[in-house]
Amino acid sequence: MVTGVVETYWHLAPDRHAEDVMSNAVPSSGSQAGPSRRPVLSRQLRQDLRAYLFLSPWLVSLLVFTAYPMLASFYFALTRYNILNPPEFVGLANFDEMLRGDPLFWIAVYNTIYYTLISVPLGLAVSLGLAILLNFSVRGIGIYRTIFYLPSLVPVVASTLIWLVLLNPRLGLVNAGLEAIGLPRPGWLQSADWSKPGLILMSLWTGVGGAMLIFLAGLQDVPQSLVDAAMIDGANGWERFRHITLPLITPTIFFNLIMGIIGSFQVFGQVLVSGGSGGQVGPLNSLLMYLVLIYRNAFRFFNMGYASALALVLFLVLVLLTLLVVRTSNYWVYYEVGARK
Amino acid sequence: MDHSLARQSVATPRRRTMARLRRIMGASVSHALLIIVGVIFVVPFIWLVITSLKVKNQIFTDPLIWIPDPVMWENYARALTSPGFNYPVLLGNTLFYAVLSTAGTVISCTIVAYAFGRMEFRGRDLLFSITLATMMLPGIVTLIPTYVLFRTMGLIGSYAPLIVPLWFGTAFNIFLLRQFMMTIPLDLTDAARVDGASDAVILWRIMVPLMKPALMVVALFQFLWSWNDFMGPLIYLSDSAQFPLVLGLYTFRGRFGGSVEWNLMMAASMAVIAPIIVLFFVAQRYFVEGVTLTGLKGA
Repeated sequence: MVTGVVETYWHLAPDRHAEDVMSNAVPSSGSQAGPSRRPVLSRQLRQDLRAYLFLSPWLVSLLVFTAYPMLASFYFALTRYNILNPPEFVGLANFDEMLRGDPLFWIAVYNTIYYTLISVPLGLAVSLGLAILLNFSVRGIGIYRTIFYLPSLVPVVASTLIWLVLLNPRLGLVNAGLEAIGLPRPGWLQSADWSKPGLILMSLWTGVGGAMLIFLAGLQDVPQSLVDAAMIDGANGWERFRHITLPLITPTIFFNLIMGIIGSFQVFGQVLVSGGSGGQVGPLNSLLMYLVLIYRNAFRFFNMGYASALALVLFLVLVLLTLLVVRTSNYWVYYEVGARK
Repeated sequence: MDHSLARQSVATPRRRTMARLRRIMGASVSHALLIIVGVIFVVPFIWLVITSLKVKNQIFTDPLIWIPDPVMWENYARALTSPGFNYPVLLGNTLFYAVLSTAGTVISCTIVAYAFGRMEFRGRDLLFSITLATMMLPGIVTLIPTYVLFRTMGLIGSYAPLIVPLWFGTAFNIFLLRQFMMTIPLDLTDAARVDGASDAVILWRIMVPLMKPALMVVALFQFLWSWNDFMGPLIYLSDSAQFPLVLGLYTFRGRFGGSVEWNLMMAASMAVIAPIIVLFFVAQRYFVEGVTLTGLKGA
């Protein structure tokens, strides 16, 4: 039905531009030749109004749920605010408290950086490795794709509970496996030294699926002709990967790197389920991640001012990191635009 | 094409058998690698099922017990009817949240994306840049003032703060749908305009049917996102009768304190995961399409 309509229109006006169509649709008073002043202006105004009508939900959202909270966040960061009483301006006291008064801030910063520095490169490597495996042209590859992606669907609360069982230090499946091959049995989430590696392990299982599929799409975009050409020139598998595939998927690596950094700075659910949110988060606060610190201050202690300051610092760090990655991308990301034409 | 021809012309029968042998070897190695990695990915699921069917004292044992004896199907009945984890209510709440947020996102983002993708107006490029910029904004920055805002409106303790913002559009989905609209030939919509069709008619009768794959992707991902959302309900909801599944599971764990009945926890987890897995298999095509679509458009 609809396609029929479309086809009819298609034949009616095969090569008209939007401008012609618009001017035909609006009854134009006055002469056809030469730009007449008033109708043109009113037509544009009407066009604008119509567009802004379509945009209106998003404009409301930008104002109410983005612009206002952003500004308010800057203001709250400079106040002491417990929600019950109006905010009280305290200048930079929150930032001073952060840097010099609150030992938990530095613990959270350390934990989050530790987690990011290991989980992001590891996640990139694992998801790329999996994507390479999934790019093999063997029978039944679809089943493997499904299996590899399945953990990404599991809600974080459920996946963390599963891993709490698997990583049980005394009698969990992981440690039983490690013992079977003669390795020591780490205390995982119950030991201050091993809790973060345990957390990283959990996050890998649930977290790599999305990046893996994005890498897979990137790999499938690598022109087979280039790989074949390299093969004829005698390049072995590693050389083909290193000099053909890898440069061509650098835009995908770049994208996954930025998403990975943003995600790892905001790890939350796993920590809350495995470490709790009151008292110490994990043994000796070893799982106190930055977002948990914000959550606790905001919604447990109702230190909205201090929590806003913490959130602002996170935001600034993320912006700086993203800019840094974007800056360096000139040196290692290959873009086809321009190279081909 | 010409390359395979070239190879054929130099291939002697012996080289051809060698090549076939090597291909079979390669396929076996590939399969072996895929199976090993696949097992690593599947074992946690298997262990989840096994544990959910065990009696309590068989969960942590040395050596491990792989086959529960007896098989405790009643763990599921016990977990799903326990006062802390009222499954039908939790499921209903989750569906309420997921369906309303999905409907809101799809409707609002389609309308807004149409303006960006098909309408000429002053300030379009600027507004679109702003939209892109907000995509990079971490939710935590706006969370606290938004919470305060909803609190002054007296909406804490309801789903409104979780659902209402989605009815006004989300940057990422607007971007995604707009990008998809750009791939639809302009001629189609121009022609309809000649015939005097309004923008609303063009959007509904021409664009929406053509955008079905992209709309499915947006709907699926929003549904999944809401289903799995943990932080939002944790912050905004306080009455356990309103909780969605993940929050019910979270408090279920807290309830047991030190002596967690892991078999029941696993049964409950299973009940939270199962509907998503079913949805995945029903709509698998869109999932894989969606991840690549979203990923590539973002890159």
